[in-house]
Amino acid sequence: MTILSVFDIGLVVLLLGIGASTIAAREAFAAVIGFVVYGLLLSIAWVRLSAVDVALTEAAIGGGMTGMLMLGAVARLRVAKGSDTRASLPARVAAGVLSAIVAAGLAIAILSPPEAIPTLAPMVMENLAQSGLGNPVAGVLFVYRALDTLLEKVVLILALLGVWSLAPDNVWGGIPGLRVYARPDSTLTFLAQLLPPVGIVVAIYMCWVGAKEPGGAFQGGTVLAAMWLLVMIAGLTSVPSISQTWLRVLVVVGPVIFLAIGLAGMVLANAFLAYPSGYAKPLIVAVEVALTLSIGVALGLLAAGPPERVQQQ
Amino acid sequence: MTAATLFGLCGAALVGFGLYGLVTNPEPLRKILAFNLLGSGVFLVFGVVSRRAAASGLGGDPVPQAMVITAIVVAFAATAMAIALVLRLLQETGRSTLSADNPGGTDTDRGNS
Amino acid sequence: MPDANVLPDATTTDGALLVLAIVLPAAGVLLSFVLGGRYAERIASVLLPSGLFLATIIFADVWQSGHPLIYIVGDWKPPLGIALRADGLSAAMMVAMAIVICAVAIFAHADFGTRPGSVEARAPFAFWILLMAIWGAMNMVFLGGDLFTLYVAIELLTFAAVPLVCLDGRAETLQAALRYLLFALLGSILYLVGTALLYGSYATLDIVLLSRQVRMEPATLVAATLMTIGLFAKTALFPLHLWLPPAHAGAPAAASAVLSAVVVKGSFFIVVRLWFDVMPGMLGAAGAQLFGALGAAAIVFGSVVALQQQRLKLLIAYSTVAQIGYLFLMFPLALDTAAQLQGGGALTGGMLQAISHATAKAAMFMAAGLIYATLGHDRIAELGGAARALPMTIFAFALGGVSLIGLPPSGGFLAKWLLLEAAVATGQWWWAIVMLAGGLFTSGYMFIVLSSAVAPSSEPLKLRVAVPRYQEAAALALALTSLLLGLVALGPVDILLVGRPDSMMVGPR
Repeated sequence: MTILSVFDIGLVVLLLGIGASTIAAREAFAAVIGFVVYGLLLSIAWVRLSAVDVALTEAAIGGGMTGMLMLGAVARLRVAKGSDTRASLPARVAAGVLSAIVAAGLAIAILSPPEAIPTLAPMVMENLAQSGLGNPVAGVLFVYRALDTLLEKVVLILALLGVWSLAPDNVWGGIPGLRVYARPDSTLTFLAQLLPPVGIVVAIYMCWVGAKEPGGAFQGGTVLAAMWLLVMIAGLTSVPSISQTWLRVLVVVGPVIFLAIGLAGMVLANAFLAYPSGYAKPLIVAVEVALTLSIGVALGLLAAGPPERVQQQ
Repeated sequence: MTAATLFGLCGAALVGFGLYGLVTNPEPLRKILAFNLLGSGVFLVFGVVSRRAAASGLGGDPVPQAMVITAIVVAFAATAMAIALVLRLLQETGRSTLSADNPGGTDTDRGNS
Repeated sequence: MPDANVLPDATTTDGALLVLAIVLPAAGVLLSFVLGGRYAERIASVLLPSGLFLATIIFADVWQSGHPLIYIVGDWKPPLGIALRADGLSAAMMVAMAIVICAVAIFAHADFGTRPGSVEARAPFAFWILLMAIWGAMNMVFLGGDLFTLYVAIELLTFAAVPLVCLDGRAETLQAALRYLLFALLGSILYLVGTALLYGSYATLDIVLLSRQVRMEPATLVAATLMTIGLFAKTALFPLHLWLPPAHAGAPAAASAVLSAVVVKGSFFIVVRLWFDVMPGMLGAAGAQLFGALGAAAIVFGSVVALQQQRLKLLIAYSTVAQIGYLFLMFPLALDTAAQLQGGGALTGGMLQAISHATAKAAMFMAAGLIYATLGHDRIAELGGAARALPMTIFAFALGGVSLIGLPPSGGFLAKWLLLEAAVATGQWWWAIVMLAGGLFTSGYMFIVLSSAVAPSSEPLKLRVAVPRYQEAAALALALTSLLLGLVALGPVDILLVGRPDSMMVGPR
């Protein structure tokens, strides 16, 4: 039993306080700001749980990208007419009781772990050398449970299709309704000129290092998405229309290469999504590079929203 | 109590907060935010499971960590789709509401083929 | 359960077919996304029939060998890796869903067809990709041998299903889609937290490995409860059904058919996997009675509300709420004296109910869509003359109703017969009463619709469009499938028990 550090207790108190405030806040804007701060604190919690890969993903996607989406939505929802009536007191009490029961059930489950805690960590490590990877999380994502990872990329593409499908018919194939703030001398423009080169280097590094240390396609892809969104919002590059072939190719190139290598495994190795021995690492790196690109473009487009105007020539 | 258990209990409480917000808050955007809070609590439960199963020189079992990474991406995709729906609803009706009274369309065109 | 001999942990001959069942739809989605709306329908029209063919081969293979097909993905055995398994339940459901999806595809050609050379249009592009995604996600649900893989599969299903609801972009369908999405997300996150707890207790999420280790302890019980509630929300079991009627009634007809017939069966199938395969001894008498009670409440509530509807599509949607209830009656009926859920007549009856509802309900939604297209409305009271204008469609609708009511020789009859038999055998007469009452209610709302449709119209009927004959044929084909499904009693109905640890049954050999 380790003794709880003051730091951990303080972190949990902050998480709970800010978490509760995002629910209780009267103004949506305050709630969203609270959520962004909460996301950053949560990634510290993940570091404390010795899960640096998760911490990076949480900071990039859970806090950063989600927060950006919500801030954009709050700004646009300002014009919404009318307000909903709050749930009645009995309904709130009932919901409170229900939520408390669920939380208590989870707490009981967490407080009663099995006597000998089972783990797959040794098995993951034993077989990891075979793939040439150094990062066990990457091993799980791309070797042992590659099927889940592959399908989850398809989920991302379906979500993008779902978002696009919300466009009015007359602007189909047009340009996403991302708000652009193009003013040549603004700080935003300055940042948009300064950050992307750095960001792209960071993304490439993250993707590359992910094979042996925390990082990888998800985190790298998110950084790419953020940089792309930044230059688009600053008006330095135009928002592409969704009918562009190159755009669609970029969205699917990661999963397609993943799927192709997986199928090749049926012939060249023993099974679907198995890698021929000796070639595992280069193949996985190839998959990760392609996925980083696809994730970057898909996340960026998800944040940009459905098409809202047609291309003006 | 270990630090892992503490974060686990924090996760359980966050699930409770998120669930309450999801059920009671009438604004769709706030429901989406509550769903994200609920999700982050669930992810923390994976974190405890991973941390407790530390072995072989690792700080935690990598399998649950990989699952959380997958789930975070899925949750983001869900959030993006939900927000796009809310904004489209706003465009169509000038409002963003889930309440049963008519959002804009007349009742006669319900059940369109 | 000590049944190590039942499911070997190695890829079986023909196991690669299972990979194909997942790769084909995934490739279809990716390819259509790049090539665009002009090709999406053509890609689907090649892949969907191939999917039906593939499902049939898998079915025949499982039926003839009497053993499940297994594929070890990446050559990494569980618990480290993921296994795909096709037992009798998977094989039967795969074929049934593939039939429905193919019929929907034929039907949908009229609304979402794309002429060669035309520019990409929004709705067809989205529809065909989403339809292939639903097919792939369902295959994943049926074949996935790992509870986390099943999580990814039901998320795939959600993301494919929700946009279908609001393809026409009207405000009320957008609202229905948003409500559906929120319910579905709550459902999957509750399911997900359950997988976290199970992994914490057993360090595996493989269904077979878990079934050997699972024990009564607090974390497992909490996990099972939360997962079940989440799946109930996604299946729209009363009282978590609120999202279903507006979503299913508001969608375009082809989408309604696939949502009502196929999508809700995905989460239901995982409930069955969880309680029959992962933890057959955990539900207990009280839990099983509770499942049954929720099912009974769904039957009564759904039917009573259906009887009050003025619009055909809403009536059919509420009928889905009621029919979902029947699926949960099998839980109390499948419980043996040792409080274990047994794969016997009740399980067979329940799964047959799922299949016969799928075929019948898809046919009825298609018929309703054709009625709407022809008359320009779907007000039940003003359907007069519809039977003259669309005899084949009304006939298909009626045949679907025959199966829902449970008249012989329909699939619904066989399903309800097996469930009644189990009710008598286990002395649980109260479920028999519920089933019979449900049949009466169903006859009631079918009578209201049909009597209005066969009545002569008060004024000369103004037909808006002439619907293509193949659309009517697709609806009729599904209705006939549902009607004749009862005849499987003479044939491969036993396949549903192949691969069940508690069953000595093997195929025809």
